[in-house]
Amino acid sequence: MTQEEITQSVLQALTDVAPEADLATFRTDLNLRDQLDIDSMDSLNFLIAVHELLHVDIPEADWARLFTIDELVEYLGGRIAA
Amino acid sequence: MADFVMPSLGADMSAGTLAAWLKQPGETVKRGEIIAVVHTDKADVEVEVFTSGIVERMLVEPGTEVPVGTPLAVIREEDAAPAPAAPAPAPAPAPAPPAPAAAPAPSAPAAPVVPVEHHLLISPSARQLAHELGIEAEGVQGTGPGGRIQRRDVEAAAAAREAPPQAAPPAPPAVVTPPAAAAPPAAAPPAAPLSPAAAPPAAPLSPAAERNAAMRRAIAASMSRSKREIPHFYLGQTIDMSRSLAWLGQENLRRPVTERVLHGVLMVKAVALALREVPELNAVWAGDELVRRDDINVGVAISLRGGGLVAPAIHHTDELTLEELMHAFRDLVSRARAGSLRSSEMSEPTITVTSIGERGVESIFGVIFPPQVAIVGFGTLVERPWISEGQILPCPVVNASLSADHRVTDGHRASQFLAAVDRLLQEPEEL
Repeated sequence: MTQEEITQSVLQALTDVAPEADLATFRTDLNLRDQLDIDSMDSLNFLIAVHELLHVDIPEADWARLFTIDELVEYLGGRIAA
Repeated sequence: MADFVMPSLGADMSAGTLAAWLKQPGETVKRGEIIAVVHTDKADVEVEVFTSGIVERMLVEPGTEVPVGTPLAVIREEDAAPAPAAPAPAPAPAPAPPAPAAAPAPSAPAAPVVPVEHHLLISPSARQLAHELGIEAEGVQGTGPGGRIQRRDVEAAAAAREAPPQAAPPAPPAVVTPPAAAAPPAAAPPAAPLSPAAAPPAAPLSPAAERNAAMRRAIAASMSRSKREIPHFYLGQTIDMSRSLAWLGQENLRRPVTERVLHGVLMVKAVALALREVPELNAVWAGDELVRRDDINVGVAISLRGGGLVAPAIHHTDELTLEELMHAFRDLVSRARAGSLRSSEMSEPTITVTSIGERGVESIFGVIFPPQVAIVGFGTLVERPWISEGQILPCPVVNASLSADHRVTDGHRASQFLAAVDRLLQEPEEL
């Protein structure tokens, strides 16, 4: 799976959780939680959506260190390739 | 025969608008089944029926606002004989007056029953939006679970309808009239005379803006009443969360992502069990007396996208396992944001839990939702120096606050309650 495909899947998951998100102005290099004002329930739903799309289960400890979509895509790339 | 009446879905609700019937005359209903959707200032609420039987006739048509307590339908209870033929349908009742109506309207005229939409998978808020925008819901492609039509689907349908068939040429600059505020001073028109007659008519609010305005009005009424009527007092306690977080971390490691439990759920459960230990707080002040409640129904404050909040109850919170509580909480958040709460969830919890600590807020000084007894606020989890067994160690802590009604309880009982919350969060395996 290419990085672009992972990015598209992640953005799809994001749209499912925060349908009001305007991806045209969304920055993948900035803090995801701050940009979308998502809470802990949204975060969990996002992780579930990522899991359903990419079959990767992100541990809480890892998720706590991931702040941007770019970081998440890089992390997922490593997990999918492993 | 039993009347199905407009329910009270909040302490300050005086009237509600029947948004849709989900049953038709002749259909059987069971106690607890959803029969209608009611639109309030704060949310669309799916209303359950509390009588099992057969729907005899509808008395109010969708789109009609009626006072709380107004009979909406007649239900023939199980084992009851059929009623004589229903009277001929009368015109729809006039809109309800804004004044609160303590007594039900005794003779609400019967109204023609309109076709119901219960075969259509659509969220109540999407249905309402479709109605407001004049969109035929049947023609909207649903993208939610099982093809359920959601608000975004209706908005997409509306956008598609309004899109011009082909790109219109841009208007020539000379015809464009900029807003007065944006115009340069030299181009500004002469000041209009300050007379009401000359004032431009207010632009109509968009449906979303109108919903937000209604939400703010409802919150304003509720919070003003709270501060006017409830003598609040406030207590706070810093709680060591190291044991809870370590335990939950291990638990969640063993669970698939779909079964993880949020630490907020531990807090809600701890509040419910503390309420069981200090039952004096499981009460409300009604009129001029204290009324105790047997069931422990903890409300959870849920912020809504686009602003506002609701605080529906999780029933029998103390009896649920953490897994059940997590499931109920997740379901409640999802439905609150989709606009499909149920009337029983809006019935009065005695206490509400709120947490807005995810943006770094450490302390919350909450305002009680009338007529509840208290609101418990949890701030953000922070790491602080903590003295344990003579050593200073870094420790994750949370500030728990309690705003309580001094008519119902006092500082002594309230401090017992907060101490119980603290102790319970030190014993997460017991939650």
